[in-house]
Amino acid sequence: MQSQFDSGAKDQKANRPLVAEFRAATKRYGTVLAADALSFGIGKGEFLSFLGPSGCGKTTALRMLAGFETPTSGEVYLDGERVTDVPAYRRPVNMVFQHYALFPHMTVAQNISYGLMQHRPRPDRADVARKVDRALDMVRLSGFGPRRIWEMSGGQQQRVALARAIVNEPKVLLLDEPLAALDRKLRREMQIELQTLQRQLGITFVLVTHDQEEALSMSDRICIMRGGRIVQSGSPNALYDQPISRYVADFVGKSNFIDGRLTALSATEGQIETPVGQRFAGRVSGALPLGSKAVLSIRPEQIDLAKSARTGAEAVTVINRIFLGEHTEYLVRHASLGDLLVLVARQAEASAGSFAPGDAGFISWAPETGLILPQD
Amino acid sequence: MQRRLSTWLLLAPAGLWFAVMLVLPLCFVVVFSFGERAAAGGYVPAFTFAQYANLPARAAAFKNTLMLAPLGTILSLLIAYPLAYFLAMQADPKWRTLLLILVIVPFWTSILIRSYAWIFILGGQGLPAVIDWLGFGQVRLINTPFAVLTGIVYGYLPLMVLPVYVSLERLDKRLLEASADLGAPPLRSFLQVTLPLSLPGVATGCMLVFILLMGEFLIPAMLGGGKVFFIGNALVDLFLQSRNWAFGAAVAVTLVVIMLVTVSLYMWLMRRIGGVRDDVALM
Repeated sequence: MQSQFDSGAKDQKANRPLVAEFRAATKRYGTVLAADALSFGIGKGEFLSFLGPSGCGKTTALRMLAGFETPTSGEVYLDGERVTDVPAYRRPVNMVFQHYALFPHMTVAQNISYGLMQHRPRPDRADVARKVDRALDMVRLSGFGPRRIWEMSGGQQQRVALARAIVNEPKVLLLDEPLAALDRKLRREMQIELQTLQRQLGITFVLVTHDQEEALSMSDRICIMRGGRIVQSGSPNALYDQPISRYVADFVGKSNFIDGRLTALSATEGQIETPVGQRFAGRVSGALPLGSKAVLSIRPEQIDLAKSARTGAEAVTVINRIFLGEHTEYLVRHASLGDLLVLVARQAEASAGSFAPGDAGFISWAPETGLILPQD
Repeated sequence: MQRRLSTWLLLAPAGLWFAVMLVLPLCFVVVFSFGERAAAGGYVPAFTFAQYANLPARAAAFKNTLMLAPLGTILSLLIAYPLAYFLAMQADPKWRTLLLILVIVPFWTSILIRSYAWIFILGGQGLPAVIDWLGFGQVRLINTPFAVLTGIVYGYLPLMVLPVYVSLERLDKRLLEASADLGAPPLRSFLQVTLPLSLPGVATGCMLVFILLMGEFLIPAMLGGGKVFFIGNALVDLFLQSRNWAFGAAVAVTLVVIMLVTVSLYMWLMRRIGGVRDDVALM
């Protein structure tokens, strides 16, 4: 079922052995279906993300992997073993919690050594201390071992939580919205750090997030979730370039959507007709029969905004201009298509001149950059 | 300036109360304790250590208090902790409020009446009669240390349950998930995470119960029947019956000193093991 949604460009690491696998794992809370027959594999050393809005089932999936939730039906496998009913404390996975869940009554070093100290017979203290130091080095907190948790800043606590998990060398590292509490700048830094760390350690990372930028920038593969199901999974590039539905296109990057009906269809090309009779060509993605309701998706950066009309260009009025540094984001209003986002690169704007709210302009895009997608 | 004045005005009632009703009387008691009993009872000014030298005359009261107060505190804790744990961690939130109210309900009736009830339960026609009827022989329960202990544990249990409950309820449950995630089975998670983090509540409950028990008078008077008496009973006797104010004052001062020493020791200990701050340990 899932494989048909595995869109294109199976990355070069796709054939690695599986470290974890869900087989029709379903989780029901009363009448709510939090996970609907989830089936997927996680490759060894892969950086996999679950992306979706709250309530889409991504956290449930992660918690079933951690052992905090037992599937109502279906199976979970870890490293080839069936772990469906195995409690969390016996699973070789570790989690970085959303709000870190660091033990407030312990020092940084005690927090990090907590997992190691649970082994029986008790491990050698010197050995534990060495591993803790190495983990502290890895998250760039050398020397912070004796500190108290409340003496650490948010970003530092985040690193402690990370060190506390990786020191156990888990088969899979689970990250539950780990960067949500950090400010933007710190978040970017941690994204890079997480990626570097994952490559260094070779540990499989599974990230749950509602932040598309986070998922896009770090993952080898992303599973877009909705209503307890995986809607589409693939590499960030594949998801961005070939979303199979409006939902995915909307969740991965920004996009403009033009509603209509599919009026022409060849192998990969199609044409959409809007309610007022305008026709636009585009590539067809996903399963769409002729005549069905469809949506044309155009990424803001694919749209060209010009001062003078060209053939095929549509007249618009500039509503708003947001300067973003390398890009400028324009909100433009079209008589029948409604409001559209246009992203103009700095250089393009420098050569063509900028627009002010109220200015008239003309938008156009290459037909092959438009994607015709199912309505949802 | 305005602000400072209002601060002082707001603090004045409490400060006055504290000075007039606590510090001043305490000074009197200390002064009295170095005095002598007047021939007809009461107090004659003097400076003598005779009253303190006479303390062994009331050794039994000190012994009872210093044994039963800590024992009662520990017993209360042992009974209260599982109950508080159940209320905070396991009970259905729907029922939690009701269960908590049930814990407090006994407070709605005077301890005097509730102690009377215990007199009947532990008296000859009560539990001992049942035990005899079951063929376990004759036992005497009323007017024994056991009766007093039962009474104080019964009376002070809610004071122990509530602070422990609060500390367990406030405990971030995600810490327990983190502990399990890091490989600790449930019992070890309890010992390494839940228990240490509930210590502030335990400390508060123990302090509350212990301090009140050290000054307890009613329960030993009713369930101890003059055989098992506390320092509180000795004080009543000395001030109201024998009218030996000087000796009574010496006993009272000694009690205060003992409390000061135990409480400071206890606070020092809590800080050592739990990193608990003073203010938390006390309240």
